[in-house]
Amino acid sequence: MIQLSNLHKYYGDKNRQLHVLKGIDVTIEEGELTAIMGSSGSGKSTLLNILGILDHFDEGRYLLDQQEITKLTEKQAAYFRNKFIGFVFQSFNLLSFKNATENVALPLYYQKVGRRERNKKAAELLEMVGLGDRAEHMPNQLSGGQKQRVAIARALVTNPRVILADEPTGALDSKTTQEIMQLFKEVHGQGKTIVIVTHEKEIADACERLIVLRDGQIANTTSKVSPL
Amino acid sequence: MLLKLASRSLLSRKVNVGLTVFSISISIFIMLAIGHVKNEAKASFTSVVSGVDLIVGARTGQINLLLYSIFRIGQPTNNISWESYQALSARKEVAWTIPISLGDSHKGFRVLGTSSRYFSHFKYGNKRELVFSNGEQFNRPFDVVLGADVARSLQYSLGDKITLSHGVASTSFSEHANNPFTVVGILKPTGTSVDQTLHVPLEGIEAIHSGWQSGVNLSQKLSSNDLDKVNLTPKTITAFMVGLKSKMATFTFQRQVNQFQPEALMAILPGVSLAELWRMMGVIEGILLFISSLVLLAALIGMSTMMLTAIRERRKEFFVLRVIGASPWFIMCLIQAEAILITLLGMCVAILLLWTGILFSQDLLASHFGFFLSLNIFNREMLMSLALVLVIVLFVSCIPAISSTRHAQL
Ligand SMILES: Nc1ncnc2c1ncn2[C@@H]1O[C@H](COP(=O)(O)OP(=O)(O)OP(=O)(O)O)[C@@H](O)[C@H]1O
Ligand SMILES: [Mg+2]
Repeated sequence: MIQLSNLHKYYGDKNRQLHVLKGIDVTIEEGELTAIMGSSGSGKSTLLNILGILDHFDEGRYLLDQQEITKLTEKQAAYFRNKFIGFVFQSFNLLSFKNATENVALPLYYQKVGRRERNKKAAELLEMVGLGDRAEHMPNQLSGGQKQRVAIARALVTNPRVILADEPTGALDSKTTQEIMQLFKEVHGQGKTIVIVTHEKEIADACERLIVLRDGQIANTTSKVSPL
Repeated sequence: MLLKLASRSLLSRKVNVGLTVFSISISIFIMLAIGHVKNEAKASFTSVVSGVDLIVGARTGQINLLLYSIFRIGQPTNNISWESYQALSARKEVAWTIPISLGDSHKGFRVLGTSSRYFSHFKYGNKRELVFSNGEQFNRPFDVVLGADVARSLQYSLGDKITLSHGVASTSFSEHANNPFTVVGILKPTGTSVDQTLHVPLEGIEAIHSGWQSGVNLSQKLSSNDLDKVNLTPKTITAFMVGLKSKMATFTFQRQVNQFQPEALMAILPGVSLAELWRMMGVIEGILLFISSLVLLAALIGMSTMMLTAIRERRKEFFVLRVIGASPWFIMCLIQAEAILITLLGMCVAILLLWTGILFSQDLLASHFGFFLSLNIFNREMLMSLALVLVIVLFVSCIPAISSTRHAQL
């Protein structure tokens, strides 16, 4: 599903360049549940953003479902993001002036889905993440865990094949963390490819595969049979 | 959807957006107000006289004739003899004439010698007649009818006795002090030069001058007996207004006047000459336009700046939109839509402001300046300038729109 070869990423201008990713080679199969760990500043978010086509890279190759992602216009990138990828962030990133249903429904708008269909789909997903009774709530009327559920529902609404999550439980307590992780596992059970960046050992343990980044390079990858 | 997203996002930033709408509406208000007052001023200027087909005076520039006969500005170069006036008045095309005799003043206000037809046939604005707020028109040689401004600023009322000065300075040395005029009528404001004029019968003018010229002792008061003895038919007048039986005859009669043999005369069409005079004052119009466009530009740049700052704060919002698949084009459109919404809102507020402003000042302007400001602020020019504003907004908001695509990365 995801194939990276010799991927390099630099930040900053010519004379004060910061070499953030130093030749990443990794292949993630369809349906895998992968965790990425690594110390702060090791380049995890940068890597995830590149996977999500939110950021450019400078050298190497990226194939997403056999498609060349190396040189895309912003418009094409928007199309791929919308079609293939769902994002979940540590800080939820909900639109504060839209209620839960509207937040979840929004990605469908860019697929030109009609309003009634959008709202129906959004209601279904909110039901699935267990927030059927919070559909009309504004983000500031929801708890952190609930916000993250809305965010996950939004990531899933377009039925993407890849879910990318950047420290999705970083702002949540351990009980909520477990609930969210359970949700990810359910989603994984539906056959989605999931990549989770995390600092938490339990999350990594719950995944099938662990990639450890150190200073912009892959230090270690371990695969195991899923405990569930 | 785009509009909904834009309006919801704007609503979530009420204070900032409110201030921007306010500043935009103020400047659009200024633009509209200047444009409206200009249009109304032009309309009232070009209609200081109406229902008069031609003005006839001694041959001079047409603007000059217009200025002294209508605006009482400047000096006539020559007079028309009474005989010529009579001859032309008798032409078959002529329905009526109003003689005008200028040259005297009272405390800085011009005195107009005329006939009683002035009060029945002279019209201004949209064919409006002169109306008396007090008293009535003159009947005797030493009666005077005051324009509204004259009565108000000199605090005159009916029955007051006033003396006229020869010449037009406000402290003229040769005063016709022994022959005071009695105020018999005061006109309602018209918003034209009529308000600043004292109207007396031609005979009154003739009486004070004939005494002077024929050596009658002016140190003595002229009794009505004396008046009867003196022939008060004027020898000359300054100009006269003509109403024709048929508009069709206008150019024929104008040509007849211009080719009139005994004397070098000219006839002008007041409407045409007024429009020409207004064009000559086009500079003022240009300056007003320039000022209002500067004000507007400042407000639009202000809006662009507000949106630029907001974009820094809204990086997250745009990032989210990007993440869920919005193209940069969509985000640019979103910002453009916001700018248009802000401007449209500003326009609505400005129009409401202008309407309330007009409603509240209408009475004051009409009673003090005789200037009637209509509520109808829309005309082609106005709509064009509003459309132009929207086009400029589209351009100006390109700056934040383009900037949004740069900042959308987290
Ligand atoms: N937009 C940017 N411009 C310049 N440098 C950046 C930018 N984003 C990240 N970096 C740098 O790239 C390096 C990797 O950052 P990244 O966010 O990928 O780390 P991370 O592994 O996600 O860390 P954390 O665990 O704290 O989230 C850091 O040194 C950071 O300073
Ligand atoms: Mg990070």
